Amino acid sequence: MSAFQGTRMNPSKFHKSQLKFLAFLIPLAVFMALPIVYIFFHAFKPIDELFAYPPRFFVENPTLQNFVDLFTKTNDTGVPMSRFLFNSVVITLIVVVLTVIISTMAGYALSKKNFRMKKAIFEINTLALMFVPAAVMIPRYLLIDELGLINTFLVHILPLLAMPIGLFLVKQFIDQIPDELLEAARLDGASDFQIFVRIIIPLVKPAIATIAILSFQLVWNSVESSSLYVNDEGLKTFSFYMSTLTSTVEGNNVAGQGLAAAASLIMFVPNLIIFIILQSQVMNTMAHSGIK
Amino acid sequence: MKKKPNKRDYSPWMFLAPYIIFFTTFIIIPVAAAILLSFTYFNAIETPSFIGLSNYVGLITQDEVFMQKILPNTLTFALIVGPGGYILSFILAWALAQVPKRMRTVLALVIYSPSMTAGVAMAVVWTIIFSGDETGYLNSLLLTMGVLLEPIQWLQSPEYLMKIMIFVTLWGSMGVGFLAMLSGVLNINTEIYEAGYIDGINNRFQEIIYITIPSMKPQMLFGAVMAVVGTFQAGAIGVALSGANPTPQYAGQLMVNHLEDYGFIRYEMGYAAAISVVLLIVVYLFSKVAWRLFGEKD
Repeated sequence: MSAFQGTRMNPSKFHKSQLKFLAFLIPLAVFMALPIVYIFFHAFKPIDELFAYPPRFFVENPTLQNFVDLFTKTNDTGVPMSRFLFNSVVITLIVVVLTVIISTMAGYALSKKNFRMKKAIFEINTLALMFVPAAVMIPRYLLIDELGLINTFLVHILPLLAMPIGLFLVKQFIDQIPDELLEAARLDGASDFQIFVRIIIPLVKPAIATIAILSFQLVWNSVESSSLYVNDEGLKTFSFYMSTLTSTVEGNNVAGQGLAAAASLIMFVPNLIIFIILQSQVMNTMAHSGIK
Repeated sequence: MKKKPNKRDYSPWMFLAPYIIFFTTFIIIPVAAAILLSFTYFNAIETPSFIGLSNYVGLITQDEVFMQKILPNTLTFALIVGPGGYILSFILAWALAQVPKRMRTVLALVIYSPSMTAGVAMAVVWTIIFSGDETGYLNSLLLTMGVLLEPIQWLQSPEYLMKIMIFVTLWGSMGVGFLAMLSGVLNINTEIYEAGYIDGINNRFQEIIYITIPSMKPQMLFGAVMAVVGTFQAGAIGVALSGANPTPQYAGQLMVNHLEDYGFIRYEMGYAAAISVVLLIVVYLFSKVAWRLFGEKD
């Protein structure tokens, strides 16, 4: 009997021995994709197909009516849908940009500088990877109230800026940059700030892309700040608006279902597009994600 | 590293300051406040009054719902979704690593995509699929196949709600941890495998246990921590699906929902803080197990 040849990791081309993996992976992937494909079809269904009996998976006469309704609709207090979408886009952009900057700066200091407490800070951060924000929503609420942030635009932004997983990933990534490179730049007279902007940032682009995606997913999907900290309807976000559509879909709210379907597509598509564009960068970062 | 630390060098703190300010304000202080509040009676109007361990004693001895429903629910949910999602992530990552790159990228994207919107957006889809009348997809399918005679109120039924929650959460659990494990499997040096075959490894199972997992321990640990956090983060799913807090007969009630119930519905903030602390301890213990399994001793 010949020696066990075992696994061929990362094969460069197709071989029929891979069929057994595909036989398992493809059906599973199709099954997992069904609800997502369903969002796409559902969003384009005219009203009679939304409520057809028996229900149909595919759309037969696609229409944009749900989107038109969604964009022309105002909620009970007269706030137009576009306002929620606008809020979400602005909040998301600010949070993503600031999170990237803040995490990368902190990652640079923790990776390449020597100072007391450096190890302790990184360890506390690693511990904070386990942090579940929902667990402390009450003290958080009291604190935010105390800071006077209730009913402000900032309350959507500030609590999301420190992202332990972001700092963790970027620090691990900066660890790969050789110290000699920074030393050489310093000898050439580069200041700390120049080193950060000219050397660190270009070299850690994959990690930056990853933080951007993770923080995007967090803020874009977040309903917590709108439901707990904001009463002013005009300051709420699209994801929150969408969750109110869902809760009124109970039973057979005819108008609500088409809107909810269109809204869930709008929620989902940006996630998908951003991930597709940046996926190779993410995989590159994940290679250094291990906790030692 | 050769450079000797300059005693008056404040530059690290300039780079760290923004992160530390937000980290302290929105993570450290709330955790500390939760611990302090848990020893008080606080109704959000009067100043908190110190009552020692009463909240914890009450939680364990008097809160029947907590001991009979919430704790068992949380543990069942966590023990199935946590390890289940984790093992599934590993198996998928391992299988994906063995197909060519282009196919792998597409499949990984499909498998990862549910985790992107897990939560709000998906509640819409699931409530329609599991809708209680005959227009619900599952009911319609089962009625046509003759498995059911009349539609089932899936999301309102204490019998099914928990199962559906577990299913939906597992479906969305192939997230960052899954990606980390995938890149972990891909980055194992092939020479290690060859050495293993010479040492007498003769089936795939041995290969996974003796080579694959030990070679990617750091990613396994990262994935495990993400699985634990994801599991406890997913607490809102029961309320989102059934549309009510408390969920029907507390069938899908998890610690996070109980916390919300006491904090924002009954305004017993001190008591809710005690639940927070217990929840944080549970999360910590679960992560500790992962650390034991995959952490490298130093």
